[in-house]
Amino acid sequence: MGFFIAQILTGLANASALFMVASGLSLIFGVTRIVNFAHGSFYMLGAYVGYSFMQVLPGAWGFWTSILLAGLVVGIIGIVVEMLVLRPVYKAPELFQLVATFGVILVVQDLTLLIWGADDFLGPRAPGLKGIIRIMGEPVPKYDLALIALTPFVAFALWWLITKTRTGILVRAATQDREMVGALGVNQAWLFTGVFFLGCALAGLGGAVQLPKGGADLLMDFNILSAIFVVVVIGGMGSLPGAYVAAVLISVLNVFGVNYLPQSTLALMFVVMVVVLIFRPFGLFGREEVAGEHGQVGEPERPIKPAGQTARMIVMAGLVLLAFLPLIGDSFLLVLITDIAIFCLFAASLHFLLGLGGLVSFGHAAYFGGGAYAAALLVTYAGTPMELALILAPLAAGLTAIIFGWVCLRLTGVYFAMLTLAFAQLLWSLVFQWGDFTGGDDGLVDIWPSEWASGTTTFYYLALVLCIGGIIILRHTAHAPFGYALRGARDSARQAEATGINTKHVQWVAFGFAGAMAGIAGGLFVFSKGSIFPNELEIARSFDALIVVFLGGVKTLAGGVVGGAALEGAKDYITRFEYWRLLLGLLIIFVVIVAPDGIAGTLRKWAEKIGLMKREDQA
Amino acid sequence: MSAVLQVNGLSKEFGAIQAVDNVSFELQKGELLALIGPNGAGKSTCFNMLMGQLKSSGGTVRLNGKDLKGLKPRQIWRLGVGRTFQITGTYASMTVIENVQMALISHHRKIYTLLPRAHLMYRDEALALLDLVGMADQSERHCAVLAYGDLKRLELAIALAHEPTLLLMDEPTAGMAPAERIALMQLTADIVESRGVSVLFTEHDMDVVFAHAHRVMVLNRGQLIANGSVDEIRNDERVREVYLGGGTLFKHDGESANA
Repeated sequence: MGFFIAQILTGLANASALFMVASGLSLIFGVTRIVNFAHGSFYMLGAYVGYSFMQVLPGAWGFWTSILLAGLVVGIIGIVVEMLVLRPVYKAPELFQLVATFGVILVVQDLTLLIWGADDFLGPRAPGLKGIIRIMGEPVPKYDLALIALTPFVAFALWWLITKTRTGILVRAATQDREMVGALGVNQAWLFTGVFFLGCALAGLGGAVQLPKGGADLLMDFNILSAIFVVVVIGGMGSLPGAYVAAVLISVLNVFGVNYLPQSTLALMFVVMVVVLIFRPFGLFGREEVAGEHGQVGEPERPIKPAGQTARMIVMAGLVLLAFLPLIGDSFLLVLITDIAIFCLFAASLHFLLGLGGLVSFGHAAYFGGGAYAAALLVTYAGTPMELALILAPLAAGLTAIIFGWVCLRLTGVYFAMLTLAFAQLLWSLVFQWGDFTGGDDGLVDIWPSEWASGTTTFYYLALVLCIGGIIILRHTAHAPFGYALRGARDSARQAEATGINTKHVQWVAFGFAGAMAGIAGGLFVFSKGSIFPNELEIARSFDALIVVFLGGVKTLAGGVVGGAALEGAKDYITRFEYWRLLLGLLIIFVVIVAPDGIAGTLRKWAEKIGLMKREDQA
Repeated sequence: MSAVLQVNGLSKEFGAIQAVDNVSFELQKGELLALIGPNGAGKSTCFNMLMGQLKSSGGTVRLNGKDLKGLKPRQIWRLGVGRTFQITGTYASMTVIENVQMALISHHRKIYTLLPRAHLMYRDEALALLDLVGMADQSERHCAVLAYGDLKRLELAIALAHEPTLLLMDEPTAGMAPAERIALMQLTADIVESRGVSVLFTEHDMDVVFAHAHRVMVLNRGQLIANGSVDEIRNDERVREVYLGGGTLFKHDGESANA
């Protein structure tokens, strides 16, 4: 019994920081409709800033003042980010802002490394709360009890701010209808900035307050990211009580999971999330998200057309160049181009879902990594030859996508995105924690191509044929009735349903198809590297693909391929620098602000301007 | 002559509000039937039930004798019912003709075919439909740049793609200029004439209704209060009361919350 209570108390204490960070995220989403991927970074900054203050300010007063100052400083950093990065892109398509916040993650990562160095910091213990108290014989740290007492206070203060003050009323009004609030003469820009400050300050507080329990390290941002998304989604996007209940639920479950199911602690929270969303699609306290008919703002998407004469010539020339590359290039270049080709197919498969179907999958790495792991497992355990493994990889990935898609497609918009992320994380945690079978963190190694394809040049041709073949199939499907139906379901599900199209079924098939295509890329990847590690299933990998699609241009058919080639190529060059994340992050933010149509879209506009391409009639 | 559409005792409750109350009527082949009534009378609710978007609380809807209970909109469409929306729903990212081609592709059950290119399929049929509604000259334009009246006409072409026997039009002329309204309903009347389609439409503009409808039904607070020829409706005391205010309409206005 004592053990049981102690476990619950630990869970409640862990919920404290989680709640603060998650409520900030929820608040920001509620008002600005921005899913702030950089929220984990603000949490990390809170920990580092708090740590630095604690080194200077002595005693109990110093400790708590440091925490408050950390919140304040991070809040101010939040204001800077909001004004410099997000303000210019509020008018851009909603999901473009996601990419901008992802750029912020990279920048913050490297700036933190630059300022505080690569070493982990052990958090100082809270003065006066260093010991433990025995509750029914079980030791419970005093600081845990302080956190448990503190959290309701923070929650109450937030509740009071939101429900009782004039600012709170404006914030709530803005969550419901920000256009109307603007029409009533409220300066939206400052309301957004204010909310961003508050949300980031909460993340900073959360980061600082957990210092005595967890310390500060450079992996904190991604480590908490999935947990806060799970909390916000379970609680309901934009709901504070929901965030609190969900934070407690997840933390307590986690503590018990560590004791009873140590193999599946990571998977557990995603299972809970999936179960909650199946029964309550908009979270425990959330309300239905009414998605707009078109789901996008900004310039309407243009009709697609088969490539024109000029474009065909350019592509043909490119293909010829690629075909003769082994004659002129060295093996390093061939390996690089192989990598790029694989990544392009991966990105193109996501673009098919996202660009044509409007289905924003945050977890596309599940199908890339899934295909890769399927091939690797087949080779490791069944001695499957490469040829067969390359056929089975897309089948396995497609099947995974069909199963995941069946659940995810019950939801739309942000909830759909979050569910795809959750499933990808589920797969990742399975692979990561089921070490006996998947090799866990050590991955699976010694997976090499068949004898005939083992040469760099031969494998280069193999990868080229399969990837370009896959991209051509994807592109052709976009022009086929199926691709049109997918776009129709996105443009107006109402009209599509009223003219005999089963939109959910079309989307489901598309999900499986895109998954299978990503599986081909994954299968090729594993044979090109000879090994596979869980990080190919990570959130960061999914984000890579998302960023590529957005940078390439969502509204342009070639977007996935162009973005894939550009980013993978740029990465190869940039990663030679020590602070390459900073560079890449700034590059991403720059492209988002300057060229919101993506690379392919912007190139097309330029081509139209100078008369290379025919202009279409515009609104 | 047998009825194309038979509606019997159709009802819908939203909590305590009886949005549609025991509505029964028939629609004959080749008939242009108007359903009118003040705001909140239950017209759109009626429509959504006929089209399967909304589940009825009671009553039956039969299309050529077949019960439509529990069928989804896309299944009802396959039985030969076309519809246009009060707020247009078109595929904004496609060209005008592709919008119509999409409906034709669905009608020929070619959604899941992968080999042909969609923009080359059923072009002639699509052009003929666009010609019918007077949109042939705009067939290659981007749908997102069309004027609202043109969108309405495009929607009509889409709705006619599978040669429906019944056409449901929810406020087909809402948001159009007066001249456009008359033109669109004249077009609809011509289609009824030439193709033998039956049309049920709701409308607020009495000029449009009286000029083209063969028969008019009046809905007030969920109940059918009149059903007859244009002349009969014009001279019906209760209809005048509802429209010109006999005192009861405005007194109880707060109760009828559903449009």
